[in-house]
Parts: sequence; C-alpha cells; structure tokens
Amino acid sequence: MGIDRREFLKRTAAIAGVTLLGGSSIAHAADKKDFSKFFTDNTANERDWKIWEKRKKQSQPNGEPYGILVDTTFCIGCRRCEWACNNWNKNPNQPVEKFEASVNEKNSVFNDVRRTHAGNFTVVNRFEKKDRDPVYVKKQCMHCVDPACLNACFVDAFRKTPEGPVIYNPNVCIGCRYCMVSCPFGIPAYEYFSAFHPQITKCTMCYDRVVDGRMPACVENCPAGALIFGSRSELIKTARRRIDSNPGRYINHIYGEQEAGGTSWLYLSPVDFDQIGLRTDVGTTPVPDLTKGYLLGVKIFEMVSAWPLVFGAYYAVSKLREHRNDKHAGGPSDTGKKT
Amino acid sequence: MENTSLWLKNKILLGMTPKEYLKINLTLPNLIAALILCVSVPIMVYRIIYGLGPSTNLSDNYPWGLWIGFDILVGIALAAPGLTLGTAVHLFGMKKYHPFVRPAILSSLLGYIFAVIALMFDLGRYYRIPYLLVWSWGFTSILFLIGWHFFLYINISIVEFSPVLFEWLNLKKWKDFFSKLTVWATIFGVIIAAGHQSALGALYLAARAKLYPLWYSPLLPIFFLLSAIFAGISMVIVESALSHRFFANQIKDFDHAEFDQLTLGLGKAASSALFIYFLLKVFDLVRTENWVYLNTSYGYLYLVEVLGFVLVPAMIFLYAVRQQNAKLTRFAGLLTVLGVVLNRLDVSIVAFNWYLPASQKYYPRWTEIMLTLGVITMLVLSYRFIVNRMAILHAHEESEPESMPMAGKKQAVNF
Ligand code: SF4
Ligand code: SF4
Ligand code: SF4
Repeated sequence: MGIDRREFLKRTAAIAGVTLLGGSSIAHAADKKDFSKFFTDNTANERDWKIWEKRKKQSQPNGEPYGILVDTTFCIGCRRCEWACNNWNKNPNQPVEKFEASVNEKNSVFNDVRRTHAGNFTVVNRFEKKDRDPVYVKKQCMHCVDPACLNACFVDAFRKTPEGPVIYNPNVCIGCRYCMVSCPFGIPAYEYFSAFHPQITKCTMCYDRVVDGRMPACVENCPAGALIFGSRSELIKTARRRIDSNPGRYINHIYGEQEAGGTSWLYLSPVDFDQIGLRTDVGTTPVPDLTKGYLLGVKIFEMVSAWPLVFGAYYAVSKLREHRNDKHAGGPSDTGKKT
Repeated sequence: MENTSLWLKNKILLGMTPKEYLKINLTLPNLIAALILCVSVPIMVYRIIYGLGPSTNLSDNYPWGLWIGFDILVGIALAAPGLTLGTAVHLFGMKKYHPFVRPAILSSLLGYIFAVIALMFDLGRYYRIPYLLVWSWGFTSILFLIGWHFFLYINISIVEFSPVLFEWLNLKKWKDFFSKLTVWATIFGVIIAAGHQSALGALYLAARAKLYPLWYSPLLPIFFLLSAIFAGISMVIVESALSHRFFANQIKDFDHAEFDQLTLGLGKAASSALFIYFLLKVFDLVRTENWVYLNTSYGYLYLVEVLGFVLVPAMIFLYAVRQQNAKLTRFAGLLTVLGVVLNRLDVSIVAFNWYLPASQKYYPRWTEIMLTLGVITMLVLSYRFIVNRMAILHAHEESEPESMPMAGKKQAVNF
C-alpha cells in the first residue's frame, strides 16, 4: 500500500516547513527516510484513553496485571511486530515484506540503533556480536509499575491501568514534554511537526485489545515465539524457569523485574543487557521515589518556615509603625522605606 | 481628549512631542534592538504557524533545548534579585540597601514575565496553559509545583511593584494600600521563590539515568537554590553598575563612595554564598566518589564550571572586599553570572543524554537563538521604558508621595 496520499502530502508540508529555514537535525533524518518523526494526528492513544474512561465507570473485576516477556534469543529480526503495531495503531506503514527484508539487506534500518518516534511505537534493533549471532531487541514503552511519565506530568495526563498498560490522555496535555525528560527508557515521543495540536505518542500495550481479552498486536504477529503475553507474575516465573533449565543460553537476569521499580515488559538476553541497548544504570528505585522526598520537603518547608517568617514580618511591620509614630512630627524621609 | 494627549505626552513621551521623542530615540542601541526584533518577531510567528519541528532542533531525545535551558533555567535564576534584596531589606532590616530594592523588584518582575512569554513558544499547546491552574492537576509533578509557584510569584512581584506604579499614576491612596502589603508580599515571595528556585533543580532529580553523574546529585535542589541566591546578588551588582552608567541622568546627588560601599557589601554576601556552594559541591563529589569521572572531557567542563566560575569568583570577591575594590567586585559579579549561565546549560543540555553519539546531540538552531535574543531585547526595552518613567532608581531621594511631578523632571533622557 505504501504511503497513502494524505500522509504523503502531510509529510511534504512538514519537510517544506523544515527546508524553508534551512536544514535542522530532524531534516537530516528525513534524508534517511525515517518519516515516522514527522507523523502527526495519531489516534491510538486517545482511543485507548476513551476506553479507559468508559471502563472506569463500569466496575470491572481487576485481574492480575498483564505483562509481556521478550525472549531475545528467539527473535529473528523480521520486524513483523513493527508492522503489526503500525497496522493496528494506524501509524505510517509499509508492506510487511519490506520489514522482513531488512534482515538480509546490506543498507537496512538495522545499521542504526533506532528509537521510538511520533509515528512509531516500537522498533527492533540489531546488536552485532563478535562470537555469536546478532541479537535482535524489540523496544517500546516498558509500562512501568510505578511510571516516571505519570509522576512527571503536571496536568496528570497518564494512568497506570489495573491491567498493566500505562495510557495517555492527549486532551489535557499542554506539551511541556517533561514526561520525555523523566522516562528512564527514553520512550515518549512528540509530534513536533504538528503546529496546533501536537501530542505525546507511545506504545499503548494495546490496551484496547487487552481489555477485550486479546493479546497485543505485536505479540500476536510474532512468528518466532519471542513475545509471550500473560500475567506479569506468571511471566517472571516462566522467565526464571527458562534461565534455570537452559544453562548458558541466558545471562542470569530478568530485565524489567526490578528495573526502575519494575516494568510490565520483561526481557531475557543471552548477553549483558547494556550490550543490547537496555540501560542497566536505571537502578531499581522507581523514578517517582527520586522526587517524592523533595516534594515532601518543600511542603514542610513552606508550612513550617512560613510561621517564623510571618511573625518576623509582623514584628517588622509593628516596629515600622512605632518608628513612624515617633517621627510623626516631621520625618518625610521615612516613607522612603516602603517600596 | 485633550487630557489624554497631555497624559500621553507627560507620562509616555517624557514630556516631548511625538516627533521629538522619535528623534531622540534614533540611537545605535535602539537600531540594534530594532534589527533584532525584525528577525525574531517573524520567527515567533513562524514557530506559531509551523510548529516546533521546523523552528527548533528539538528531538525526541532532546525534548528540552535552549528555550527551557536558557530562557527558563537561566532566566529565572538571574531573576532572583527581588528575592535576595527584598529579603535583606524588608526582612533582615538592612535598610542601607534600600536604593537597590526597586530595581531588583522590577528586574524580577520583568524576568519572570518574559521567561513565561518565552515558555509559551516552547509549550506544544501553549493555549492550554490555564488547564494547569483550573482544570487538571498533577500533584506529584515537580513541574506542577513550578507552574503554580511562577503564577503566584508573578502576582507577588506585581504587588511588590505596584506602589511604584501607583506613585507614577499619582494615585496616592492605592500606593499607600499596596505599600502596606509589601512586607507581606516579601515574606510570601521568599517562601515561594525558594520553593521554585530549588524545584527547577529538582526537575532533574527524575533524570538520574540521563544526566552525567558529575551533575546529578540528590542535592540538585539545594544547588539550584544556592546558585540562584548568588546569581541574584551578582545580578544586582552588575545591573546596578550598568544602570548607574546608562541612567546617570536619573540619579541626582549620586554618591560614588557610598555606592561602592554597598557594592562591596553585596560582594561579601555573594562570596559567602559561593563558598558554601563550593564546599557542598566538594562534599557531594567526595560522598558519591564521582571523582573518577573528572578525567574525562565532561569532567574538564565540570572543573571549569566549579573552579573557574565558582571558586575563582568567590576568591576575587573576597580579595576585592579586602582591598575595597568595587571595580573588581563588579568583575567577580559578572563572572558569577556567567558561571550560573554555564551551569544551567550544562545541566539541561550538555550533560543531558551525554551518552548519545555527537550526531544525535542537541545544539540550538539559529531560530531558537534569535527568538531568545528577541525576548531578551524586549525585556531590556521594557526595563528601560519603566526606569525612564517611574521612580525606580531615584526612589530614595524623592519619595514624598505628594510631589511626584513627573513631567519636565526627566527631560534629559537620551535613549
Ligand atoms: S517506559 Fe517510560 S513512558 Fe513507558 S511507562 Fe515507563 S516511564 Fe512511562
Ligand atoms: S508533555 Fe503532556 S503528557 Fe508530557 S508531562 Fe507535559 S503535559 Fe504531561
Ligand atoms: S503492545 Fe501494541 S502498541 Fe505496544 S508495541 Fe505492541 S502492538 Fe505496538
């Protein structure tokens, strides 16, 4: 199907906007044909928020939160998950064959380590290894148990749903992009090329499918069994079992079990995680805990310190008054004290 | 009709006819300002019409660029004079610094207003900013705290400033009313300003995985607050020196010796704050054992910042005070201000996402720089406009509220 017409026009307009004032760094990326940065008007995030609002009103039974286990040792780099995600979420897409071809192409997208963008909720990256086959790693929002993005947003645009997905409400977002600054995994992307109603976009963990009892689009389309959908706690057990019963196949760590306080997406890897583009320095403290202490401190400061200051001011005022009364007869310079 | 035009002539045109006024304003600085605005105003329009993508170098890796790093982080730190001077004079009763208070409050007020104006260009959906106040509250967010504190602080600054305004309008009753509120506004202002100055640093507490370790510290809020304090004091030193040069006509009976003494006093305060900050930085480095990072290019930058722009000015201040050298104090003040600029840009841009390859790093686009320059120009012009008309610099000498004969008094304004 290629790029449809409306899409094409929109991109052309965006690029025209860029070239009008000379090249920008994003324009350079355009040379590399990564149009997903220019995509605007994504509807997936908004749709999922609406579903959440509806479900909030009906009381639904809360099962265990879901998760997804990515076993990178099975991933073959076919990028079908990317295709499926674009397809389901109406992001710019290409025929699935084009995605599959990347593995064998010389100049493929795999030559760069990519990240998520406005029209691209998930990407698969390839990490070449000297003494073994390359490792392919899918990347998307981790759906943190205690999400940094949610904590950061000053208009409260995110929710952690009981099912696991972290969803976003474009209808209140002001576009400060602090959520992007906060996310330790560098996931939320912004529609920089929408002039009037840009929004944050990110993987929704297919909330709309999950609440219908279906698995996420990417999981359903993975032909290699690299993605497994299930309850998070079960997945952790599965992962542990795989590590224990296949010595040498995996390193002994489940990425996402503890990282940044735990995430809904979990990873298994044959090599150290920092060698396959997953940050190992994010720590195990949830990001919100890094700012909680400070916020509490400020509140206490503002309430406690307010009182001595107020009394001090009262004292200053009354002294000033006394002073003025003393000099009442003739001290015109006195009024100069006040500003 | 007659009255309005007279009012215009006296209050706005400084007692000149429009023609005279225009003529007297045809100066080189004004031409430069006009030139800058001729470029930056179209860029503002361009940003509004085409969006952030075409008008900035922002990317998904660098959601915050120059407009946050400079216009907000630097701008707000340098807009701290009102906080420091207001506290010293109104709370600690250091009355001798009184001549500095009005300019300090004016620069804080304008600093905040223009920082928020610049922020509007950075926000993706600026027109939704009222949501923050009335519609959707993110209580857990540091940015929420900052947003509210900005809003409150601007209001406080307006209260602090309004006596000057009403004096200018000859509304004595209003002036007296707001004068009474000043002390209260100052108290409230100190609390609020300390809150958001530190909160600007706390923003980066969440970015632990992204900031170069030398700059990341749980003490970030304290570092930001302390540096805002010495930035505020240094700004007063630099600004007052500039004002006394450029607005010399505003200050009758100007006592050089006294002015120098006050400058030295400010220098002393700034040097204490700088030393405390420096010691805290060292303590932080030792505590985290981060010194292993010092021998990298980021480490060198860190050393330049902490030694060259904190320790060195602190020493110069100390030496200058000992030598009673006001000129040197002003130089140290300038150095301190530059150091705060460097620090804020390091945290927000250079040390942020440091692990990305150079090709993905952020550097400001010329349009971003021009828009920032435009906002600064507007700020300077507004400052000058107000100083030339209201009792900012000469409040001390003639503040009997009965007699504010504005017209005819300040004929000699030359730009
Ligand atoms: S990975 Fe980032 S965007 Fe996703 S939930 Fe966690 S903090 Fe939010
Ligand atoms: S960009 Fe939008 S969603 Fe992100 S923190 Fe700001 S207001 Fe919230
Ligand atoms: S869970 Fe859904 S939105 Fe997320 S990457 Fe998979 S298909 Fe895309």
